[in-house]
Formats: sequence, C-alpha cells, structure tokens
Amino acid sequence: MKQELLKFFLFTALIGIAPVFIGKGYLINVFVFVGIYTILAVALNLLLGLAGQISLGQAAFFGLGAYISGVLTATHAVNPWLSMVIAVVTVGIIAFILGFPILKLKGHYLAMATLGMGIIVYIIFNETVDITGGPSGLSGIPHLSLGGIIFNSDLKNYYLVWFFAVTIILLSVNLAASRIGRALRAIHDSEVAARIMGVNARLLKVQIFSISGVISALAGSLYAHTVTFISPTSFGFNVSIELLTMVIIGGLGSIYGSFLGAAILTLLPEFFRTFQDYDIIVYGLTLIVITMFMPGGLVRGVPLLFRSLFKKEPMPQSNEKRG
Amino acid sequence: MLRIESITKIFGGLKALDEVSFTISAGEITGIIGPNGAGKTTLFNIVTGIYSPTSGKVFYEGKDITGFPPEKLAGLSMVRTFQGIELFGRMTVLENVMVGLHTKSRSGIIASAFKLPGHVREERRIRERASSWLEFAGLADLANTEAANLPFGKGRLLEIARAMAIEPHIILMDEPAAGLNSRETSDLADLIKKIKESGITVALVEHDMDLVMEICDRIVVLNLGHKLAEGSPREIQEDEKVITAYLGED
Ligand SMILES: Nc1ncnc2c1ncn2[C@@H]1O[C@H](COP(=O)(O)OP(=O)(O)OP(=O)(O)O)[C@@H](O)[C@H]1O
Ligand SMILES: [Mg+2]
Repeated sequence: MKQELLKFFLFTALIGIAPVFIGKGYLINVFVFVGIYTILAVALNLLLGLAGQISLGQAAFFGLGAYISGVLTATHAVNPWLSMVIAVVTVGIIAFILGFPILKLKGHYLAMATLGMGIIVYIIFNETVDITGGPSGLSGIPHLSLGGIIFNSDLKNYYLVWFFAVTIILLSVNLAASRIGRALRAIHDSEVAARIMGVNARLLKVQIFSISGVISALAGSLYAHTVTFISPTSFGFNVSIELLTMVIIGGLGSIYGSFLGAAILTLLPEFFRTFQDYDIIVYGLTLIVITMFMPGGLVRGVPLLFRSLFKKEPMPQSNEKRG
Repeated sequence: MLRIESITKIFGGLKALDEVSFTISAGEITGIIGPNGAGKTTLFNIVTGIYSPTSGKVFYEGKDITGFPPEKLAGLSMVRTFQGIELFGRMTVLENVMVGLHTKSRSGIIASAFKLPGHVREERRIRERASSWLEFAGLADLANTEAANLPFGKGRLLEIARAMAIEPHIILMDEPAAGLNSRETSDLADLIKKIKESGITVALVEHDMDLVMEICDRIVVLNLGHKLAEGSPREIQEDEKVITAYLGED
C-alpha cells in the first residue's frame, strides 16, 4: 500500500514539473489532450479492466458531458462550474438507467448494445441542429475560471485538466484495491461464484457503468471548456475504439497503464502526421498485436518480456481466462 | 433446516428433476448421490438460486426461498462450492477469501475510493479474518499465489475456505473429492468433519462412495431425476433398488 502511495506521488510530481520540459509551444496543448484521454481511458478501464464488461460506446458519455456543458454555458449562460456538475450528474443518471437493460447482456451482445448506444447518441448530436448546432458544431463555449484565474491558456488548461486526471487516477487506484474492486474483479473471473459470495453483480455492474459514464462526462465537460468549440466528429465511433485501444495497450485493470495508452495514442499521431488518415487501421493493428503477444498490456507485458529475454524464461502463454 | 418440496425442473423436453422431495436436518452431513445426469447439480443450482424450478418449493430455516437470487441467499448464510472449480483466477488466494467476506463488510464505492478511515479499518479486519480462514484450510503459505496457478487439490480447498468465510449455516458441496488423490481425499474428509463439528450443516454431492459412507449421516439417492431412496449409509448400501441402479457397478 505504501508502494502504491509512493508511485502516485512520483507520478503526480512528474506531471507537475513536466511543463518545464514540454515548454509553452504546441506540445503543451497536446498534453492537455493526453490528460483528457487519460481520464476517459481510466473510466473505461474501471468497467472493462476491473468488471470485465466491454463498452464500445464510451464516446457517447464523453460527448454528452461536452454538449450538456457546452449548450448550458454557450446558449443559456449558465455558470461553467455549475454546468459541469449538471453534465456529470445527468450523464450519471442516464448511464444508470441505461445500464440495467444493457448490462444484462454479455460478451458480443453487450459490445453490440453499447456500440448502438454510441451511434444513436452520435446521430442525436448531428440531428438536433437547433440545440447542438449539428454537424457544423457549437462555438462560444466559455473557459472555466477560478478566483480571478481564467483557464484560457494551454499551460493553465494543462494544470486544470491534470488536476482532475490525477485525482481520478488516485480514486480509481483506491477503488481497485478495495472491497468493491475485489467484488468487481470477482465478477470478471466468475460471476456465478461472485454472486454465491453475496456480491450483487447486477447492481454493481450498473453502478460501475454509471461511474464510468460520470468520469467520461467530466472529461467531456473539461474538453468543451478548454477547446471552446465542439462538433460531433469528436465523439464518434472511432473515439470509442481509440479509447478501447488505449486501455488494451496499457493493460486491462492497470490504471497507470491507461495513462500510458492515452499518452502513446495521443502523442504518436502528432509525430507521424501521415498516421492521421489511417488512424483506425493503426488502432486495429495495435489491438491485434497487443492481444496476441502481450495480453496483459504494456505495463505488465514489457517487464515480462525483458525478464524472458535476459533469463531465457519462456513467455507466459496467454490463456482464455486472461482474455 | 432445508426442505425440498416436489421440485421439478424441465430443460427443453428433458425432465432433469421430477417431483423430488426430501429434508436436510440441521447439524448433519447429508449425502446426495446418484449416477451421472441424475440431477444432483441441477438440484444444487435450484436451491442456491442459480436456476428457478419449473415447479415446487424450497424452504430454508422455515422460510420459502424459492427463486431467491444467490446473493440474497449468501446474506442468509447459505453457500456452495462448484463441481468444476469456480475460483477468481487472477486474484490471489487471500483475495479470493476476502471476497468471501463481502457480506461481512460494508464499505461502499465512496468510502473505498476516498479511503475513509472506517474503510481502512475494515480492510485490515477482513485481511486478518481471511488469513485465519486460510489457516483453517491449510493454505496459509499460499496466500499470495494467484489462484489460477494453484494445483487442483489446493483449488478445491480454497473453494471451501472462501465459502467458510461467509460463516454459513449450510454449505452445499458439489463433488469436492473429484480429481483428488487418496491422501487429499482423506484430508478433505477431515476438513468436512471439522466443518460439521463447528455446527454447520453440510449437503454433499459425491461419487466417492467410501467418503460418502464414512462421513454422511443420511443419504439421498437420485436417479434420472427421481428420488430412488433415502436413509442411513447402512440402509442405502443394502437397498436393492440402489444396488441395481448405482452401487452395483462396483
Ligand atoms: N442448463 C442446462 N440445460 C439443459 N440441460 C441441462 C442443464 N443442466 C443440466 N442439464 C441436464 O440435466 C440432467 C441432469 O444434470 P446434472 O448436471 O444435474 O447431473 P448430475 O447428477 O450433477 O451429474 P454428474 O454426476 O455428472 O455431475 C442432465 O441430463 C443434463 O444434461
Ligand atoms: Mg453434477
């Protein structure tokens, strides 16, 4: 447990001083997005990595958070912080209600249902032109401000977004190691045995789905207020797939792994501009390679790889249960 | 303690259980035996709320529990083990037992995420209690092993340790000796007797007749979904119908 705390402080310190090395140029802006995607990937990881429940519709919650915050502030002049709270709470309730029918499904059916949810919400963003501005987007979203500081520069937004990201990471690490985290992991490994042990699997799955939605909505609201312009393309199907790839790259159930996945997938395309037209192909290939050769993700897989390289131990085989 | 009343279960066209009735008395070890496909596991699945019966009722400690979901029955101190082991493979042996203490602890999502003081104390208590259950089952030195890496026999013991953590009034065991060598089986017999001595009622589905005859107080025989016979181990061993249908083979 002490070790966990040390890891967290090191990570936070690193994030805190990183801007010194990143500089004030374009790159700091990219790191704002790394922060937002870290929050989103952690949210998905709680659902997929801990509880073993897939969602291919995470972008829906991300988008709902962004649009609720955006519309309330840009169109109705609601206070940005208040609108953030409203966005997060509303999405939490929506996810909770949707969760009951959706999480009765398992495996491919669950994947399909969440995929459908993502697509429907994406269509709503496009079609409700009077509210969302439709495909041409919604602009004029104000920045957040706190005690006279307006978060209107990349550096300020960096600290704003990472304050939330680091907090979410800490809470998630705590949750994963707790009684609730164990119950979720138990559901992942054997739902029937978990229930026999008294875990209300049905309710707990819905709750974690809702929490995942709440965290994603928070990321959406932060996104809206840092970028100040939103359009449906930022919340499409490919975003959900990108998030899935981040979680798988970092490792299922590894919270810091989600940061790593988010960082890699956000930074790489910036360095290799040509990626952009082929991003979905790159994600697909990455998913295949990682699941085949490093089913535990990078955080677990790389140390194993090194050990097997230097000690000539065989790589542990992936078995079905490890999925 | 547990009363099964005219339980029928139909899968598609197949009658897996046909009007089965019997009673399990408190403090006893009741064996449930019968050839493959007799309906033993199906009966356990109905009692523990995994399936609901086509017709019939289950009474437990005087209460009609027909159709109660498993998690509710755990709260009423009923627990079981599985024929094909159902461990939490990616969790350590200790963590497996800590899940068994789920009903003995309360920390919710908020308390867990924010590490509220009550939660921290509770974690410590759960950890200690889980360790003592590992000792009970002779698994203490394997506490930090990943459950998926346990040898088969140890896995069976872990299932029992995890179930005991619930502090059950009744434990239903589905073929706990399957796949064990004779040495492990005799250790298991001792463990089951120890469980009985602590006042817990045991229902035991098992094919190992030596084990069944040695430790059971009463035996119920199922065959093709019907109750064939019921009685003391001696009565069962001498029952003509049972010998032809089941025991005759050996
Ligand atoms: N979920 C199910 N769907 C359809 N048929 C089932 C199901 N579960 C059990 N059966 C059938 O019901 C019958 C009884 O099965 P059950 O598993 O209860 O037998 P058993 O007495 O536990 O046998 P064994 O000693 O082999 O474990 C079998 O014919 C089996 O194929
Ligand atoms: Mg069976």
